[in-house]
Amino acid sequence: MSEITCECGHVNPEGTVLCEACGKPFEENQHLNDNKPEQLLNMRYDGSARRSQTYQRTIVDKIWNFFSSVKIGVSIIIILVIASALGTVFPQEMYLPPGSDPTTHYKEQYGILGQIYYQLGFHNLYSSWWYLLLLAMLGVSIVIASIDRFVPLFKTLRKQKPKRHVNFMKKQRIFGETTSTDIDYKRLKKNLKSKRYKIHEEEGHLLAEKNRFSRWGPYVNHIGLILVLLGAMLRFVPAMYMDEFLWVREGETKEIAGTDGLYYIKNEDFILETYDMEDEANSQFQESLQNQSGPVPENYQTNAVIYERTDLPVVPGKEPELEKVREAEARVNHPIELDNGISLYQASYQQNEFSSMTFKLHDKGNEDTDYGQFTVNLIEPKDEYTLDNGTTIRLERYFPEFELQDGEPTQVSKFPRNPAFIFEVKVPGEETEVSFAGIGVNIDASGENDYKVGLVDFQTRDVTGLTVKRDYTLPIIAFGAAIFMIGVIQGMYWNHRRIWIQPKDTGVWVAGHTNKNWFALKKDIDRIVADTGIEPPVDQQEEKDEAERGNDDGIISDKQ
Amino acid sequence: MKQKGGMTMELSVISSNLLYASFFIYLLATFIFGATVKVSNEKTNHKVGNIGIGVTIVGFLTQIGYFVTRWFAAGHAPVSNLFEFMTFFGMMLVFGFIILFFIYRITLLGLFALPVALLVIAYASMFPTEISPLVPSLKSHWLYIHVTTAALGQAILAISFAAGLIYLIRQVNQEKATKRTRWLEFILFGLLCAVGYIAVGTTFGAVNYEATFEAPVNEQMTQITYEMPPIAGPADGELLTERAFGPLFETPGWMQGVNAPVKFNAILWSVFAGLVIYGVLRLLLRKRIAKSIQPLLKSASPRLVDEVSYRAVAIGFPVFTLGAIIFASIWAQEAWDRFWGWDPKEVWALITWLFYAAFLHLRLTRGWEGERSAWLAVIGFAIIMFNLLAVNLIISGLHSYA
Ligand code: HEM
Repeated sequence: MSEITCECGHVNPEGTVLCEACGKPFEENQHLNDNKPEQLLNMRYDGSARRSQTYQRTIVDKIWNFFSSVKIGVSIIIILVIASALGTVFPQEMYLPPGSDPTTHYKEQYGILGQIYYQLGFHNLYSSWWYLLLLAMLGVSIVIASIDRFVPLFKTLRKQKPKRHVNFMKKQRIFGETTSTDIDYKRLKKNLKSKRYKIHEEEGHLLAEKNRFSRWGPYVNHIGLILVLLGAMLRFVPAMYMDEFLWVREGETKEIAGTDGLYYIKNEDFILETYDMEDEANSQFQESLQNQSGPVPENYQTNAVIYERTDLPVVPGKEPELEKVREAEARVNHPIELDNGISLYQASYQQNEFSSMTFKLHDKGNEDTDYGQFTVNLIEPKDEYTLDNGTTIRLERYFPEFELQDGEPTQVSKFPRNPAFIFEVKVPGEETEVSFAGIGVNIDASGENDYKVGLVDFQTRDVTGLTVKRDYTLPIIAFGAAIFMIGVIQGMYWNHRRIWIQPKDTGVWVAGHTNKNWFALKKDIDRIVADTGIEPPVDQQEEKDEAERGNDDGIISDKQ
Repeated sequence: MKQKGGMTMELSVISSNLLYASFFIYLLATFIFGATVKVSNEKTNHKVGNIGIGVTIVGFLTQIGYFVTRWFAAGHAPVSNLFEFMTFFGMMLVFGFIILFFIYRITLLGLFALPVALLVIAYASMFPTEISPLVPSLKSHWLYIHVTTAALGQAILAISFAAGLIYLIRQVNQEKATKRTRWLEFILFGLLCAVGYIAVGTTFGAVNYEATFEAPVNEQMTQITYEMPPIAGPADGELLTERAFGPLFETPGWMQGVNAPVKFNAILWSVFAGLVIYGVLRLLLRKRIAKSIQPLLKSASPRLVDEVSYRAVAIGFPVFTLGAIIFASIWAQEAWDRFWGWDPKEVWALITWLFYAAFLHLRLTRGWEGERSAWLAVIGFAIIMFNLLAVNLIISGLHSYA
């Protein structure tokens, strides 16, 4: 370790740019902060010794230096920006219309570009390995960059002394020399205090400082970010996160997924309300409602009863004994919350699903004849139905939602939205006949049937779709977000300001530094020195600008 | 019962009148700030600036009046459709300007920030303005909290654009045409497109122009009504209105939704009108527009303007994070059972957030203050506007407002 001993006596760690105690710039290390002799001092991290600037030999050093660079950090962020934007060019797979096949959908909808998009895996971009890798790199970069800077900055700010080196003072952006012996120090201190500066004194030299805590803002907010990222990662641990979906028909009681059979839910009623134009309470929406092509939904709601199973332990296959816990409503924006951390969200619905259909057997030519009726329960259809006259009707096939495709009946889904059946009708003493029956269809396959199976009645009910969620990562993520907010506010709404006042034989020197918002600091100092005999210091950067201006700023001076 | 209906009607009339009034008050304030450009005496300048900010505040209070009365009339906070959201955004822009004016007292900022707000408010009124009912997912207090905070954050960030623009017009060398002068002209052209769109929309609105098409939407024949002459018709559409102009071509099929052709047509009109206005201005001024404005900005200190631009980001970034990321997540968790779902609108909020995070980090690096930072402020504003308008138009997600 080659420590640097300053002329003020302070021993600094290797790689220090400005003496921790007096601020003297060490010649040999100025390049570390890109300082040039003729320029103002770069005050970043107060010239403290950062690991990344000091060691660059081993592979560990190289990795450390890579991730601690702000340039690399910003590059990662920009790549994330571009990647994220790419993911919105076409819809992600999860937002495709239900039932569409991604292998063909992108090509059909978006042509060759869509095809390429799909082939590159951009249809699942946000869960792709490389997107997650970018996020991981972001996290690593945040951690390393923060440690690299926080530790030395913290130490340096604690060791700083009011007495400053000449070269430190002169090369501050805000600097002024006053040649006068008539200076009112008492008033100066009073002014500083009234602006809430803390004053440290060393042999008549003053350091007035405020809001040092704001320097820690970035590190606090970075910790918050890391917590959010960790929380998001924990989602991949199965015990932390559960996401299930439940269709429950009206009148039906179902086990709530993910509760190990402990909880059940009954759907008493599913309600869909739409805005009623006639209702006086909606008069302000009159015009808007008239402009809509269809009714506007006002409420989706499931009236449910929650049950708990009492016959523990759960024996598979055994009919559960249930005890009512409570009645509850799930509405959009108002999920049902159970004691065990599970929430039930109103997520979807299916209206007017068929629950049962009643048929009668009659002569093919005469609808008024009636040889008996039977009712098919569409959730649990029986294989065979027997009529009073001994006729058996076998359910050969059942299509819950059927569609005719090229003349062939095909099953579109397993939900009874448009049921159809193939029946085998056996009237005692006659040949077996095959009939195809559904809503508005009745096909006689052979063309030689004597009988017909005709629909006489049906019942419908609504089905509610609920998501079942339990997410133990939420508290971690929320906590991280809160820490992040505290950190950004701390770093953004306050700034760290320091004013150094150094008595000299000829008068007094004043210098000022802030980590942001120089005009505000300048205003502070001007007010503080106003009635003390000290001349207001100047913004050396602004002066330099002014000197350079006019030469190259391209403004055509019309008059003047 | 009858009475309630009458009263809400009356309230909504008062409300829209207040909005009109605030618009003209902002316009007046803009002219007052404009007058400070010619005043070289610092004292007088200060005085005129005080009058300007006073008028601005009166306008702001008037617009608050609009907001509150409309809230009463609707029974919910008026931030639930694109008209309401953009109007609110305009109001927050003025608020952001007021904050930064009191920190830095630069009158020039008013000359740039207020016109942006005026543009946004006028643009908003191109969308359907009637009070609309809330669909179930929007019925949440978190909606108001999220939308208002997000809009405030975006508005303060947009002030950074106004300051950045001052910086660029002031600083970009106009002696000869370069890449930088061309980009600068392009930014001004973009603003003129918004002006053009408003002019075209208002004109055809005043004469109640309508042209109706019948076209297949999701395999169903649907009537689509244009309120501007159709340059681009709906794909496979048939014009029903007699003696109507156009269409010259069809809207590309990948733009989805019933309103896509209408919106696409509106974009074409605004580009066309923007080109015309820009062309006329160039002919009148006989030089680049930025070059013509530049001498007026001579009194501005570039470093101060740069600090204002940066300060706006520093103030706006936390507000934006809170509103557009955190409150948005809380609401999404309640309404859609997931706090983050990679919906395009959400992704673009994330992009905005990441972009401004990159901006803040670049500011820590030497050489990124001043001009580069001003360009970044412009890009940031472009991203915000893209999220506001283009994502609704081109990529329709769960947040489809319009
Ligand atoms: C989305 C990701 C990030 C966010 C939202 C974020 C946020 C912030 C904010 C708000 C600041 C304060 C800036 C200022 O005061 O002007 C900051 C500072 C900083 N960030 Fe980040 N950051 C992120 C990622 C990173 C990464 C990847 C790095 C890695 C190089 C990094 C390194 C730094 C450094 C070195 C500082 C300055 C610390 C100081 O001034 O003491 N940040 N960050």
